[in-house]
Amino acid sequence: MESIISQALIGVSYGLLLFMLAAGLTLIFSMMGVLNFAHASFYMLGAYVAYQISTWIGFWAALVLAPLVLFALGAVVERWGLRRVHKWGHVPELLFTFGLSYIVVELVQVIWGRAAVPYRVPAELDGPVGWLQSFNVIFPQYRMFMMAVALAMLVAIWLVLTRTRIGLVIQAALSHPQQVEALGHNVPRVFMLVFGGGSALAGLAGVVGGNAFVTEPAMAGTVGAIVFVVIVVGGMGSLAGAFVAALLIGLLESFGKVSDWSVASGLNALGANVGPGTPGYEVLKLTLSQVAPVLPYLLLVLILIVRPKGLLGTRED
Amino acid sequence: MNRRFALRWINALIVGAAGSVFATGALAQAKGAPAKAASAPAATAQTVKIAYIDPLSGPFAGVGSNLLKHFQFTVDAINAQQLAGPGVKFEMASFDNKASPQETLTVLKQVIDQGIRYVVQGQGSGAAAALIDAIEKHNERNPGQAIVFLNYAAVDPDLTNSKCSFWHFRFDANTDMKMEALTAFIKDRPEVKNVFLINQNYAHGHQVARAAKDLLAKKRPDVKIVGEDLHPLGQVRDFAPYIAKMRAANADTVITGNWGPDLALLVRAARDAGLNANFYTYYAGVIGTPTAVGPAGENRMRQVAYWHPNIAPDYPGEKQYLEFKKRFNEEWYALATYTSLTMLADAMKRVKSTDPLKVAYAMEGAKMTSLHGDIEMRAADHQLLQPLWVSSWTKVGGPNRHDIERTGYTWKTEVAFPTYVASQPTSCNMKRPARPQ
Repeated sequence: MESIISQALIGVSYGLLLFMLAAGLTLIFSMMGVLNFAHASFYMLGAYVAYQISTWIGFWAALVLAPLVLFALGAVVERWGLRRVHKWGHVPELLFTFGLSYIVVELVQVIWGRAAVPYRVPAELDGPVGWLQSFNVIFPQYRMFMMAVALAMLVAIWLVLTRTRIGLVIQAALSHPQQVEALGHNVPRVFMLVFGGGSALAGLAGVVGGNAFVTEPAMAGTVGAIVFVVIVVGGMGSLAGAFVAALLIGLLESFGKVSDWSVASGLNALGANVGPGTPGYEVLKLTLSQVAPVLPYLLLVLILIVRPKGLLGTRED
Repeated sequence: MNRRFALRWINALIVGAAGSVFATGALAQAKGAPAKAASAPAATAQTVKIAYIDPLSGPFAGVGSNLLKHFQFTVDAINAQQLAGPGVKFEMASFDNKASPQETLTVLKQVIDQGIRYVVQGQGSGAAAALIDAIEKHNERNPGQAIVFLNYAAVDPDLTNSKCSFWHFRFDANTDMKMEALTAFIKDRPEVKNVFLINQNYAHGHQVARAAKDLLAKKRPDVKIVGEDLHPLGQVRDFAPYIAKMRAANADTVITGNWGPDLALLVRAARDAGLNANFYTYYAGVIGTPTAVGPAGENRMRQVAYWHPNIAPDYPGEKQYLEFKKRFNEEWYALATYTSLTMLADAMKRVKSTDPLKVAYAMEGAKMTSLHGDIEMRAADHQLLQPLWVSSWTKVGGPNRHDIERTGYTWKTEVAFPTYVASQPTSCNMKRPARPQ
């Protein structure tokens, strides 16, 4: 039982980190129609910037400042990069962000080197959660903190989008940009804010994810693909869908990684007699943990076949 | 362009007409000309390039660049003391294989194109196996342009058994040898009851898991293997699920062949989750891992290796250890980088040639005294025989004097195993080229 609880907590905390990343990506997509391939690179930059700031003035300052830096960077990229490419259509936009992702990786390697940097969890949050220990579950405080940050972020985005004037303008600009412009709003600036905001969210994910795991040049590549799985499974442009899909994939990771269950063992439990002599035993005996890295992508393919608009998506095309 | 041309020229001299150099000298001598002046330039102005093919980017970049410094350090020592013979200088050339066997073969082509004849590699038995295979083919097709492969850390036993090659020399103890020592140590430790095996999902990890199961069954049949996991090499960022599984399985001992970030992150996750188990490792001494372990590993982290900085009160390697630390501010732990190149230099000095075939024959069966004891390159399979130590992570103090990565902790010898203990029989059936005259 304790082990199921800890695996679930591990899965949920990883899922929430994925959600932080996917939220920004899906926001940018739903508002601007831009599939930002450089999103995971902003996540990495967030981690590196946070590491740099934390060596100067500490982690807590980095938690606030790094997302702001990323916001500025995202706004600059939109204003002087994407906006110019925008008039040529979606494919050049896609290629632009694709190229940008490579540039960011190279830049990071030039500035901080090819090896991992020692970005550490702050001492205040180093150690297991006290009240969980009485249930014989040892769970790091920092992961608890990570979950709290993600949930706070979720609530904040929801409030901004549904309860503020700027949120109203953003939503309107999404579906009816000409009318919003006719009403006197500066739509390009709204887009800039959205792109900057999305980048800041990725940066925030980097700040808390970088020290929970590893801050290294490969970190963008390792989450990049999985984040796309999250937004496709959740439904492109759907924040709620991204939330559900991120948790699903987080749990799939944590339980899948360590499961010794295989088709062969399952069949044997049902009374079949599967052994080394059975045809295809090499495939049947593969345990879930061995195929775990592939499971999210399997899910992606299944969703695309069965429900192309994603779990909670609304797009009908 | 010029450098390449010069290299070709040097190679032509060495390979085609090693004898003629001496002949010219002899002729000059016969003529009464100043013999040294005539033959010296050709014989002395020799630079032997050594290709370092290992990860310099990606998750293992930290380990790769640290080990390149190890080699640079040895090369400087060899050049300063002229260990490879008068006038023979070593020079490192680094190539990034991104820890991938495919990439390794791509860079090997560059190495061949640049006329480099000596290759060192160690991080990853998959890449090592690919190298052995490609070099074997290259040498067969290009007689006279052979390449010699010094493997300083790839420990898959197959490389000196079923896949053994005349051109491959291994300077690390292989998985079976290390596991022999480790299980000989575990044999006398009744507290080891429930063992969990976690390894990287590639040749090396599979071999460690297999060797652990085989040898534990022989030496401690009462020990239970409570779990076994293989995870993708260098891909896992979050080891927490594995640690939760170990806790659930009541593991008191974890045996792992993981290295680099795969070990550092594993240990960090174990610490975060308060896993109360002893870790028996192959590579806890590798850069970055000691820092990740820190105080949490006290008396809990063990490693089996051919070296650690406190092996004896007074031993020759201590000087090098301190020198390296002073120069690079990093730990010196991969003694095989030193044994491999010094044995190569010694062979060149003995045969007075840098011709790969002659040098390879000279290394076969070579015996030396290295910084940690007597070593022998076994002729039958080109596996180096050397002593091994099982050590544990402990506070700095007394004879355990060298602080590792400024953690305040260091390695303490638990058992020192003389060479014969870990020696294993070999099934190698080596195909040898014709012996040079």
